[in-house]
Amino acid sequence: MKLPIYMDYHATTPMDPRVFEAMRPYFMETFGNAASRNHSFGWEAENAVEKSRKQIADLIGATSKEIVFTSGATESDNLAIKGVVEMYAEKGNHVITAATEHKAILDTCKRLEKHGARVTYLPVQTNGLVDLQQLQDAITDKTVLISIMYANNEIGVIQPVAEIGKLAKSKGVLFHTDATQAVGKVPVNVIRDNIDLMSISAHKMYGPKGVGALYVRRKSPRVQLTAQMDGGGHERGMRSGTLNVPGIVGLGEACAICHAEMPEESKRMAYLRDKLRGKLEAALDETYINGTMEHRLPNNLNISFAYVEGESLLMGINDIAVSSGSACTSATLEPSYVLKALGAGDDLAHSSIRFGLGRFNTEEEVDYVAAKVIDVVKKLRELSPLYEMAKEGIDLTKVQWAAH
Amino acid sequence: MAYSNKVLDHYNNPRNVGSMDRNDPNVGTGMVGAPECGDVMKLQVKVNPETGVIEDAKFKTFGCGSAIASSSLATEWLRGKTVDEALEIKNTDIVNELSLPPVKIHCSVLAEDAIKAAISDYKQKTATKSEAVASS
Repeated sequence: MKLPIYMDYHATTPMDPRVFEAMRPYFMETFGNAASRNHSFGWEAENAVEKSRKQIADLIGATSKEIVFTSGATESDNLAIKGVVEMYAEKGNHVITAATEHKAILDTCKRLEKHGARVTYLPVQTNGLVDLQQLQDAITDKTVLISIMYANNEIGVIQPVAEIGKLAKSKGVLFHTDATQAVGKVPVNVIRDNIDLMSISAHKMYGPKGVGALYVRRKSPRVQLTAQMDGGGHERGMRSGTLNVPGIVGLGEACAICHAEMPEESKRMAYLRDKLRGKLEAALDETYINGTMEHRLPNNLNISFAYVEGESLLMGINDIAVSSGSACTSATLEPSYVLKALGAGDDLAHSSIRFGLGRFNTEEEVDYVAAKVIDVVKKLRELSPLYEMAKEGIDLTKVQWAAH
Repeated sequence: MAYSNKVLDHYNNPRNVGSMDRNDPNVGTGMVGAPECGDVMKLQVKVNPETGVIEDAKFKTFGCGSAIASSSLATEWLRGKTVDEALEIKNTDIVNELSLPPVKIHCSVLAEDAIKAAISDYKQKTATKSEAVASS
């Protein structure tokens, strides 16, 4: 077993060597511009791009022509939301999203608000899921778009996407979903789920960084977008810019591998994740899972170790790469807004650790991680005045703290 | 974030961890911070009533590595100091000793507050005690 251990697969994934091999020829030998229509260099590049389009479409139940290549999910999110709001301005200016969305969604919506759009940020329930009734109640005749993520990047919960899609369709509202964490991990199908637009990223599913896609529905309804970059009119006029052929080849290959291996891989992920959870919960009291376990990515575990601060825990497990929702680990010194939205209390947000398992984790690594985390949590609880008080039976919520 | 070697040393080998009887008249207890802010420090001093010298100091801290190191260092510095000398410890001394980066300065402020709170608690106790003696 090699240290350090990487268990932060929601942040990014290493490339699968098979993906790298598929990409390799497209840097030097097959370097053509896919938009060059009149020589073989261009045709070869175009063929590679079209193969990738098909691989992506096959994974998500779409057709090739519905795939628009971008630089990643952030760009896809921006293009989907800004593109729809601009295109459908005559119909309305209202967007519905949720409080636990990725910043690429939330900050895009905030910018649109400055330009006169109206945005509803739905709260989530304590399990992390949006309430469908609240969603339905939020829809007005001015609503042009619902954007709700497929699976959350921090707590891994899977939103009721099929129900949301059905509701959106019945109300004649477009439905966008940021599926960055879900595609390749769980079966996603744009037909079954009535998804009109969907953001995809390559580097979250063992592909390269800097490439992604936006699924744009072409039939019932035919979704139109206002391009956000001006240029050569690539990608059916929706996204100008010379295509990143090696990256696109990598994204396609990554999708094909996920497609073929998902049934087995997701079982293995769930087994490792559940083993990790079981070991932690057996050895430690007062651990809290953040978000529902029932609707969740098989590779995610987000858990709070009460009375222990997340950054100090990360410091103690410095040969394991994971993330924390603690304020001290964020640039803003604010605890995770996702965990805050669950209403769990800031103290549990400060104590949270996100484990993101992936393709290259082994059972031996899971055993090592569990043992190490247990050891450090115990040590830090010995150091924690809060743990001591709790053991003495003091109700910490009733203490008058000198907040600073 | 990269930690200084001194922070790592205090984190890996925290000095003077523990608790003393908060009802002991010679023990002063300071508890500062709040769980929702991500750090709580408990710092205790045991003072020799004859000499006014801090004979023992203990801490427990919920917080990041820098908060743990700041309070651990504070207990080291407190031992052997008189109560008045202890009040001269400044957060900037802690920042310099541990090479804390700007985002961690609040940890040192918290440690200074904890020292002040512990000593103020001790002084309050002795004041009540001498009042009790005077009135008897």
